[in-house]
Amino acid sequence: MRHLNSGRKLNRTKAHRRALFANLATSLVEHEQIKTTLPKAKDLRPLLEKYITLAKRGGLNSYRLLISRLCSQEAAKKLVEDIAPRCKDRQGGYLRITKAGFRYGDNAPMAIIEFVDRKIKVKNKTEGDKVSKDSKTEKSTEEASPKKSKKKETKKTSDKVLAS
Amino acid sequence: MAVPKKKVSKSRRNNRRAHDAIKPASHMECSSCGELKLPHHVCSSCGVYNGRKVSSTVED
Repeated sequence: MRHLNSGRKLNRTKAHRRALFANLATSLVEHEQIKTTLPKAKDLRPLLEKYITLAKRGGLNSYRLLISRLCSQEAAKKLVEDIAPRCKDRQGGYLRITKAGFRYGDNAPMAIIEFVDRKIKVKNKTEGDKVSKDSKTEKSTEEASPKKSKKKETKKTSDKVLAS
Repeated sequence: MAVPKKKVSKSRRNNRRAHDAIKPASHMECSSCGELKLPHHVCSSCGVYNGRKVSSTVED
């Protein structure tokens, strides 16, 4: 029997899973790049790529479908107005998954999922969107006083300095 | 109920476990910063994968 051999349940009920992927898709559309666990990223990719195809089709019906699937008007709007024109010349394969180590605490395999034609601005790796805005200010303080940051970070920075 | 007849000797037990050793995790040098990294993963120290910057780090 090949029952249950496709897709993952992720220890969630159907409604919970649906909500999870709506949230993941909305975040990814908003931030262009997110870090999540590898299995979630692997399930998110085909789902969101179908939504992008839907957005490329255009029209009021697909727009309303997107709002209902994503549970977010802003994300649906961005998909239709920003991302769909950008993905016009691409026939699928809009998203890229890169493995990103294992999470501290439960050793879960992590991955970074992003739009292939994402704008080059790289998000701050550790803290999500909030930190990315003031990462520029962070940069200067970090370089000025590396000893103030946490142990691991100082070790890395000093290693970098030695190498360069 | 079936029950073992004899105690398993240390030698027999250890022989059984001869193949149980865990292999060390594989690693490689990052092509852009030279730090050790996991193969097929984004470099944890410089955030580069396949010559592309994927994630930012503390240094930049």
